[in-house]
Amino acid sequence: MDGPVALTAEVAAVRELADELAAISRRPWTLMEVCGGQTHAIVRWGLDQLLPPGLRLIHGPGCPVCVTPAATIDAARALARRPEVILCSYGDMLRVPGGEAGGDLLGVRAEGGDVRLLTSPLEALALARRHPDRQVVFLAVGFETTAPATALLVRQAMASGVSNLSLLAAHVRVPPAMAAILTAEGNQVQGFLAAGHVCAVMGTTELEQLVDRHRVPVVVSGFEPLDLMRGLVACVRQLERGEARVANAYGRVVRQPGNPAARGLLESVFEPVDRPWRGFGTIPGGGLGLRAPFRGLEAGARFSDLPEAPAGAPEPAGVCISGAILQGRARPMDCPAFGATCTPEHPLGAPMVSSEGACAAYHRYGRRG
Amino acid sequence: MAAVAEPAPLARPRIQLAHGGGGTLMQQLIDGELRRLYADPDQVLHDAARLSLPHGRLAFTTDSYVVHPLEFEGGDIGSLAVTGTANDLAMAGARPLVLSLGLILEEGLEIALLRRIVSSLVEAARDCGVSIVTGDTKVVERGKGDGAFLNTSGIGLLQVVDPIDPLAIVPGDQLLVSGDLGRHGVAILAARHGLDLQPPLASDCMPLWPAVEALLVAGVRLHCLRDLTRGGLASALQELAAPNALELQIEEDCLPVEETVRRTCELLGFDPLHLANEGRFLAVVPEADRERALALLAPAGGAWIGRVAAGPPRGRVLLRTPFGSERVLIPLSGELLPRIC
Repeated sequence: MDGPVALTAEVAAVRELADELAAISRRPWTLMEVCGGQTHAIVRWGLDQLLPPGLRLIHGPGCPVCVTPAATIDAARALARRPEVILCSYGDMLRVPGGEAGGDLLGVRAEGGDVRLLTSPLEALALARRHPDRQVVFLAVGFETTAPATALLVRQAMASGVSNLSLLAAHVRVPPAMAAILTAEGNQVQGFLAAGHVCAVMGTTELEQLVDRHRVPVVVSGFEPLDLMRGLVACVRQLERGEARVANAYGRVVRQPGNPAARGLLESVFEPVDRPWRGFGTIPGGGLGLRAPFRGLEAGARFSDLPEAPAGAPEPAGVCISGAILQGRARPMDCPAFGATCTPEHPLGAPMVSSEGACAAYHRYGRRG
Repeated sequence: MAAVAEPAPLARPRIQLAHGGGGTLMQQLIDGELRRLYADPDQVLHDAARLSLPHGRLAFTTDSYVVHPLEFEGGDIGSLAVTGTANDLAMAGARPLVLSLGLILEEGLEIALLRRIVSSLVEAARDCGVSIVTGDTKVVERGKGDGAFLNTSGIGLLQVVDPIDPLAIVPGDQLLVSGDLGRHGVAILAARHGLDLQPPLASDCMPLWPAVEALLVAGVRLHCLRDLTRGGLASALQELAAPNALELQIEEDCLPVEETVRRTCELLGFDPLHLANEGRFLAVVPEADRERALALLAPAGGAWIGRVAAGPPRGRVLLRTPFGSERVLIPLSGELLPRIC
């Protein structure tokens, strides 16, 4: 059980930080928490109810499932329908609607496709070894947090010489998306709570470059109520003083150089590429592509008839406003479909699917406007 | 899959189609493995059980059990099948008496595993104080069943005069749970995803009738009981709030959740309130009976978690966080899928 003493101490600390935030906030500010895990914690714990009235949080695009383009889902669905293919990915990826009639991977599984859920990329290699007569395709998504594990899979697959494993790789990078938000027309974001887990791998160098270019405070923040409140206080303090620098409010996890082993692995296998993000369009440097020596592992190289995902492919039309939500220009309850025709059982857009998605967080925690 | 052929099923150690065919093998299966399930082993050959039940009003329920994997820390599909149905009877205020047992076995199931399941059926029946009085066994082709599917139906003798029913809940009632939440769900997730929890976390699967009986004997007026199985506490609360247009107000820091459960949920992106329990129930009692009920439930980890107020037309469950903020609790939707990062 939670010790009541520990809980009481945390509650007291959070309340103290809420008081401090109220005391230091002289002007209204709009901040973005980048990561969906942070959004989730904020809504889960009702932290936004503890903020001074002028302080507005808008929710960032930090949900890997949400930003994976519909065209990638459609390619995965097409592959999963082939009898020789075992298509595997992470859990919440299986329910994301693609562009083609809004179908998802679980739908293909119900039709008889072999779609499997993984909790670690290396399970894909084990699957390939267990089924030498099948083609195992791993739909690899995620930010810099999960890319090192995919890189490990790539390295081990190359070393082991398996010939029946390939990747539909859709890894993305966070800092270019933060830059895209700042330079978008009508941007309101004045400061960021950066995603602690991404920084745990990548360190803070890329964020320092972002701050140099765009002059906004960026505070590396964690995911617990106390971490988030500390991040908010640090960010507002900078704004009130007219400062703009990278601060680390998640020092118990994040070091300035990040995790050199994980970063080295990532950088040895992947390189930055332009990549379409669902709801954003193509973000320069927004993705991670396999470096030349590893490209033979791409599903596109293995399956020559795989439809090419067109860059900046149009997103599914309709009432869903997930693009605006992912860019922080709208809130889930601004969407006419939210909670009505769009629910976690029948998601119209990706943010309703993932446990990191803003719409799912609002729905799960009963925010209905 | 053809390249790596499975070893051919051996004659003895695995279930074959003929085990369900009504011939010699089936007789061997009944005699060797299944006869010990029955309170009266001779009754196994009759088409129907003859029952002599105590005089009174009866409760009758049925439930089917589909769980993967079949065995997990703290239980298996056998203990679930007996305990789950006996607990459903207990939730109506009925003392569980007799059960039927339908077994649908998949060709290829190891006999050794079946034997372990039968042992836990026998053990759970003893723990729940019920007799298995009739049953049926079928075998389906390999690939058409998940090892074993079980169905149990149960009859119990009602021990209450006023019905224990969601419609009996009124504003002012108090909400209690009989123990900590989410253990069964985490035990299943751990077994399914190969999480090596240290120390291992056992399912909470246990008979609920003894606790219900203790409350009744103590004179606690039970307005409603609900076992917290599929969908967990969140779904149970929602189901009770809706029909009477009630607001169930829950104090989050009063919810008992064990630390391993909390951390595993955090890791996988689940909420303990959505996870299934197989040995926990929610009791709704009048305020005057709250302390008496709590005194009986607290020694086993039970806790007071909130109260009932008048609510909006479709009802709602309101959770007050330790920080003083509020959120509406909604039931789980869709399949539980682990998150990415």
